[in-house]
Formats: sequence, structure tokens, C-alpha cells
Amino acid sequence: MEGVWGRLFILKLIFSIQGGDFTHAGHPSSEVKKVLKQLDIDGKTIKNIVIALYEAEVNVVAHAWRGTVDVEIDESKITILVSDEGPGIPDIEQAMQAGFSTASKQVREMGFGAGMGLPNMKKNTDELYIESEVGKGTTVKMVNNFS
Amino acid sequence: MSGLPNYHALKVDAAKCIGCTHCMKACPTEAIRVIDGLAVIDHERCVDCGQCHRSCPTQAFYVEQDDLTKIRAFKYRVILFPSIMIGQFPEKYNETQIYSGLKKVGFTHVFEVEQPIQLLLDSVNEYLRNEENPKPAISTYCPAIVRLIQGRYPSLTENLILRKAPHDLAAHFAIERLLLEGAQREEIGLFYATPCIAKIASVKSPVGERESIVDGIVNMNHLYNEVMKVISEVEAEDNSEQRQNLSEEGILWSQTRGESGHFGSRSIAIDGIHNVVRFLERLENDQVKGVDFLELRACDQSCAGGILLTGNRFLTVEKLERRAKRYPSAKDISESTIRVDIEELKQKLVIDSISPKPLFIFGKDRVKAMEKMTRAQRIVCSLPGIDCGACGAPNCHALAEDMVNGKAKMSDCIFLQQMWEDEGKITARKALQNVQKKWGKDRFKADCNKRGRRNEGF
Ligand SMILES: Nc1ncnc2c1ncn2[C@@H]1O[C@H](COP(=O)(O)OP(=O)(O)OP(=O)(O)O)[C@@H](O)[C@H]1O
Ligand code: SF4
Ligand SMILES: [Mg+2]
Repeated sequence: MEGVWGRLFILKLIFSIQGGDFTHAGHPSSEVKKVLKQLDIDGKTIKNIVIALYEAEVNVVAHAWRGTVDVEIDESKITILVSDEGPGIPDIEQAMQAGFSTASKQVREMGFGAGMGLPNMKKNTDELYIESEVGKGTTVKMVNNFS
Repeated sequence: MSGLPNYHALKVDAAKCIGCTHCMKACPTEAIRVIDGLAVIDHERCVDCGQCHRSCPTQAFYVEQDDLTKIRAFKYRVILFPSIMIGQFPEKYNETQIYSGLKKVGFTHVFEVEQPIQLLLDSVNEYLRNEENPKPAISTYCPAIVRLIQGRYPSLTENLILRKAPHDLAAHFAIERLLLEGAQREEIGLFYATPCIAKIASVKSPVGERESIVDGIVNMNHLYNEVMKVISEVEAEDNSEQRQNLSEEGILWSQTRGESGHFGSRSIAIDGIHNVVRFLERLENDQVKGVDFLELRACDQSCAGGILLTGNRFLTVEKLERRAKRYPSAKDISESTIRVDIEELKQKLVIDSISPKPLFIFGKDRVKAMEKMTRAQRIVCSLPGIDCGACGAPNCHALAEDMVNGKAKMSDCIFLQQMWEDEGKITARKALQNVQKKWGKDRFKADCNKRGRRNEGF
């Protein structure tokens, strides 16, 4: 975590995620939650952020090879960038549809792969942007405004 | 006794505390610091779970209680106690003898609190049926858990079930019964025998209520000793009438799974505050799906593991399970034996609201809070990350937070001091003085008789 004084004060957090490591998925979202609680952000907003970030983390774990989470918090909002090295998403619009999933049998057996992650991220963020290049990786940007 | 705001019964005996840091490490809300060689509790943060009391090797924590002779002021002297107390006594005493013993101590009426439990059961079920109440609904039975949620998981406060605990039920029930017998309200003195400090806090300063209806608190281990002094070896008078409303469910209520079996189609029971903390983290992250009801208790084996109990918790559980089998099911107890106005009693079980009281915030000004957090994080980078506690804070992170809140200094870290010494930034003498200030001058003298070294074994 580090702070940067500019026109705004920005608090930064960085985490890395390992593909396939389901046991440790959830660490970044838990840490972000801790920080937001200390900042006295309201519970509803925190919940939205934690849900969206957790889904994004699990997507890296389930579908990609490795990734990073970059978090920037300023006075009025939180911006989260989850970028991974992985297979990428060929058709983002299709991937966004509720129920669409290419999750492997193995991933499904772990209770994931309902095709609800991306729709859930959409639902729980104020802004969601996805960029992806097949064979290289995916970057998801999420913004939540504080009330 | 008026409801004091934020009352805590737990105190540290300065003559016994050796500043060993065990309690500081055990506390689930990081409420303890060692200052001048003594454990100091931050009462704002304390949730009364009793972990510190349990972890203390020198029994330095003691629990304040009311003077038992206070009961003499009342004509009707009622002792309210949870069923687990019966499980404390040696097998050779039956409940009739124990009840008689309580009367010899000076009480005129004896009430086990888990009766008539059907009322509470119905009331909670009614709450759960309301679709608007957030799921999973969390029991408010254990006051330490309620405070933990208000403070550490404020967003889950809305999941707390707005219903009171058995001791409230019994208090109202006892009053109504005695009024029927012709007593005047002011002639009735209610005393509660508590298994823990959490119940003390909740009785003395009830959540969401201005005043306590209980007139005094007695620690269960103290009352146990008093009864043991006078209890008769021979069979006593028949007092079974006072247990007419006691049921199997009531006797098991305070035990793990005592509530969860009755509520919702999917329910979970968790005991032990550190287990509860781990689960609540998940729940807060929305990673728990489809659960209707949560029974969460601060103590291992729930109230059988309360810090003011005398017996071994596993033996207590086993005894109570056997006892419960001799009692009828709650639904088989006829309403006519309750005798008081059931609807009115039920109304008294409703809590209006419970509000969050976040403990872990860096102040209301968001920018200032962000700045403080960043500074704390920078400080953590310089700390060794050993979490040794020699600074008087439970871990390096907590020390960093204390520093930005103006409650600690860099030099409190003994490792940093060492480095500064090496770099010639402070003298060896100054470094030693710093440590002596924190831990007391005599702390570092070789002395086989000093506190913590004389049969006060770990
Ligand atoms: N980071 C990613 N890299 C590659 N493909 C991805 C990534 N994120 C999502 N996808 C693709 O989009 C699909 C839909 O994602 P979504 O998160 O909605 O569902 P899911 O991960 O399959 O299942 P669930 O999230 O419900 O466990 C995935 O099955 C996968 O094909
Ligand atoms: S589990 Fe029972 S004894 Fe332990 S703190 Fe909670 S109410 Fe008290
Ligand atoms: Mg997904």
C-alpha cells in the first residue's frame, strides 16, 4: 500500500493471483474489505465491491494462468484493475451472458462455473470494462463510487 | 441497578498481572495492550468474550459482581440461573437438593431461565418467517457475539435476530408469576447467576434498552461455592413445582446446537470466538449461500465453557444431556401451567433495533483516514513482522496503527531499537531505559522470586 499526494489523495494496494490456486482465492478481496471498513465506507458498498472483486479473482484462478490486482482508492471511489495472462475471451458479449461458461469439469466440481461471475460483476459495480486479447490475457476494470 | 452504558465487569489485578502478553494475543478485537508492564483493556473495543481471562496464566483477571447481601432488601428474592449451573454440581446432589441449597443461601424463589422456552421458540420462528428479515438470521443469544458483530462486522448487524435471550424471558416470567402471587413490583428483587462476563454486560447495559430489569448479578462460581457450603446431603422438600415449565429444549438451549436444531431448514452452529471470526469473514464476503439460521457462541462448548463455571465443560455437557432426557418436550407443556399472559410476555421478547458500532475505523474524515492508513502501512514496512508483542501491542500491524493514532512510538519496537543502536542513533543506555519504561524496571533483573517466576507456572 502506498499513498500518493496529487490533487487527490490516492491509496494503492497491489496483489498477485496464481491460476489454479482456489484455496487462496479471496485474499485480495478480504484485504480490500479490511481497508474499506477502516475507512468507514458503508456496508452495502463494501459488499458490492467484495463480491465483484472475488468473482474477478476466481475468474483468473479458474480461467487464466496468473494475474495481478491493482486497487486505487480515492476520496470518492475505488478503482480495481484485474489483469491476467491467460487464454483471453474471444467473445466478450457472449461471456457476459448469464449462464455462459466454458469452465472445465474440474472447476465445476469445485462449485464454480455457473456462468454467473461476469453478470455478478456487472451487477455489483458502477462501471465495468473488459479488454481481452485471445492467447494473451484479459483486463477487467471495475469502478465503485462511494456514497 | 441502572443500565450503565458499555459496562464491563472484567478488571485486571495489578498485583497479579505479570504483563506476559498471553491475553493480548488471545483477544479477538485487539483490545489489550501492555502498558508499564501491565495488561490494559480498551473498553471501547472489548466485547466481553473472556478470552483474556481464559488465557491468563496468573489469574490476574477478575470479575466484579454485586454483593449478595443486597438481596436482603427484598421480600421476594429471585435467583435466575441458566440450566448449565445444575450441571456444575457433583452427581450425588440432585436438582431438588440444589434448589433447596439456593434457598438456604437466601433466595425465596428459584427460576431456571430457559422457561417457558416455547415462547422464545415461537417468537424467533415468527421473526424468521418474515421474508424481509435478512438471511442468514443470526442468533442474539450470546452477547459477546452481538458485540463482536456490531464492532467488527457492522454490515452484518442487520442479520441479528431482534429477539431477547432466555434470561430476559425468565426475568419477565418471574415478575409476572410473583405479581400473580400477590407481590408488589418493588418487593421483588431479581438476581442473575451468570456463566460469563458477556451476560453481565448484556444484563447491566442491555443492547437497545435503557434499563436493566435485573437488580443484581452473582458470578456462577461464587454462587456455586455458597450453595456447596449449605447444601444438604439428605433428600430435601419437594420443589419440582418450580420446574414445571422446564423442558428438554430449554435445558439444552445454552449448549452448542441448542438453538440451531429448531430454526430454519439450513442452520449452522459454531462455538469458539475465533471459529466464529473466521466464519463471519466469509459471511461478510457473501461466500455463504442458502443458510437460514446461525447459532454463534463465543465459548468452546457454548455456555458449558463459560469462564465463570466450575466444572469441566465436557462433563457438564454430558450431564445436561442426560438431564434433558428426563424432561418433557417444550410443546407438551400446557399453556395453563404458564399461567401468565403469554402474548404480553412474547411482546417483551422483541428488541426494537440493534445498531452497528464499528470499532476498526480511522476516524470519520475519509482523506485523513486514508493518509493515516498509508502511514501505518509504511511503518509496517520498517517493522520486523515477527509479531512478538514486546512492544506491548499484539502484532506489528497493531503497533503501526497505534503509532499513527498517537498511542505508540517507533522506539517501542525492540528490534528497531537494536538497529538504531547499531547505527549509533541511540545509546545502549537509552535503549534499555526505553524497554524498562515499557516493562518496568525490575523486569530484567535475575530474580527467582519475581512475579511470574514463583509457581505461577505457564
Ligand atoms: N479472466 C478470464 N480469462 C479467460 N476467460 C474468461 C475470464 N473470465 C471469464 N472468462 C470466460 O467467460 C466465461 C464466463 O465467465 P463467468 O465468470 O461469467 O462464468 P464462469 O467463470 O464460467 O462461472 P462462475 O463465475 O459462475 O463460477 C467463462 O466461462 C470463461 O470462458
Ligand atoms: S457462549 Fe455462553 S458463556 Fe460463553 S460468552 Fe456466550 S453467552 Fe457467555
Ligand atoms: Mg467466473
